Amino acid sequence: MTTAERPRLAVVGAGPAGLAGALAAAARGVQVTLVDAADQPGGQFYRQPAPGLGARRPQALHHQWRTFERLRDGLERHRAAGLITHLADHHVWCVEREPGSGALSVHALRGPAQEQGVTVRADAVLLATGGYERVLPFPGWTLPGVVTAGGAQAMLKGGLALPGRTAVVAGTGPLLLPVATGLAAAGVRVAALVESADPAALLPRARALAARPGKLAEGAGYAARLLRYGVRVLPRHTVLEAHGTDRLEAVTLASLGRNGRTRPGSARRIACDTLAVGHGMLPHTDLAGTLGCTLSGTDVRVDDEQRTDVPGVWAAGETTGVGGAALALAEGHIAGRSVAARLGGTAPDPRRWAAAARARARQRAFFAALDAVYAPPAAWADAVPDDTVVCRCEEVTAGAVRTAAGPLGASDPRAVKLLTRAGMGWCQGRVCAPAVAALTGCPLVPERRPFARPVPLGVLAALPEPPPG
Amino acid sequence: MNPLELTGARPGEAFTVAFDGRPLRALPGQTVAAALWTAGVTSWRSTRGAGRPRGVFCGIGVCFDCLVTVNGSPNQRACLVPVRPGDVIRTQEGTGRDDG
Repeated sequence: MTTAERPRLAVVGAGPAGLAGALAAAARGVQVTLVDAADQPGGQFYRQPAPGLGARRPQALHHQWRTFERLRDGLERHRAAGLITHLADHHVWCVEREPGSGALSVHALRGPAQEQGVTVRADAVLLATGGYERVLPFPGWTLPGVVTAGGAQAMLKGGLALPGRTAVVAGTGPLLLPVATGLAAAGVRVAALVESADPAALLPRARALAARPGKLAEGAGYAARLLRYGVRVLPRHTVLEAHGTDRLEAVTLASLGRNGRTRPGSARRIACDTLAVGHGMLPHTDLAGTLGCTLSGTDVRVDDEQRTDVPGVWAAGETTGVGGAALALAEGHIAGRSVAARLGGTAPDPRRWAAAARARARQRAFFAALDAVYAPPAAWADAVPDDTVVCRCEEVTAGAVRTAAGPLGASDPRAVKLLTRAGMGWCQGRVCAPAVAALTGCPLVPERRPFARPVPLGVLAALPEPPPG
Repeated sequence: MNPLELTGARPGEAFTVAFDGRPLRALPGQTVAAALWTAGVTSWRSTRGAGRPRGVFCGIGVCFDCLVTVNGSPNQRACLVPVRPGDVIRTQEGTGRDDG
């Protein structure tokens, strides 16, 4: 089959899900274009130092590096054979589906300045757009020196850069463990790992855990490393406040009672210049939303083949529900095989991917157990003081949101936005949405964003006219 | 231990950039944000409303908190933009419209 005759798949995102999907499809005769914002493949999980930094041991900042090496080698092989085109530093802002023909157009901006438009056409699209970190507001969280846990990790993995010398890692979720050990390995004094949940609560959910002995060993490995680096682990604790005038100088911690509220008299202050904080992850669903894919809560809904309910559009990895790299690999692999079969005009035989399907089921059960344990304290929204900024872009306080939702009668985050500008700024509510929803008393529902990132008007003007009718 | 030692890094030759008029050393391949962090700088924007300092928050291009003025262009995400020799980096004041 020549290049011109092969069916075309565009994969958005070169993290574990996107790479696995691209390799599985290319190995079955699909012509793949892998479109990714980073300058190297790997996504956030396998983010590597830029080549100019000459890191000879990038694996020192990673685990499961072998898995990535296999993916990277596979990508290289398929690139050399002309089956995969890797478009690095391409930032996708919209995927369009032509209603008549079903042809798909992936619109991206090229280069770090993101000012040049590029359009990739394909017969199918795999959305592997990953996720980003949820951070809930608290007094002082806008101070320089307060960063997301994943952000501290990204700056370390990608730029070999550290935000300071003494860090507190805080919030909730399994990501805090590699962030704390990674910072400590790189020479930061990690004064405390502050986890609002009680990981001991995982034990009653032993069934999901027992199915994942590797994950238990991984957890034990982190515990040993935290001990070796002398990191104090404080379960059932939370950061009440970050202190400083123009940058972070200290944090106040407190222990949490069974009702999720802080125990009176338990507050204590720890000096630090860095607070790496996170409260779990949220999927990137903008592209799926604009295509009209049905979401389930915050996640893109997919079937057993990883198909969305929009013809020609598959999704895999964190965008279909946060579950980590191993789940993303399994979902990506299944998606790639399904795409290859469907574009070839046949229904796939799921028995061919039975191993990946089992891995997918195990990982989903495991993360469901983690989700139930690693949740923010029940009363966190009530504890946010009125003068705390909630929307970082537009500098809207919790008090303003409460006023909009109370006396002014706004019944959902959209009405709150119109009254307060919360969620109207540069980040388009990606950061503040969980807090605005909670303060408004609403469930978190992803906002429809036709543009997944800011697009220069010149790029829009240069787009070809849509076909008539 | 530091991150360069940990990863056995042998970076290309360091170069000089200017941040608010003072010279800083930067490494090839770093983003503007990584170069500023390495030089001990954690804030490079003052907000439009309260004029409060901001720097890196999400570190992956989602939050837009790390906006900075590079070579006269405001609203650049420091966590995404690679640093280049001779870059003139300035703290972005508000919208950055007067920074050019």
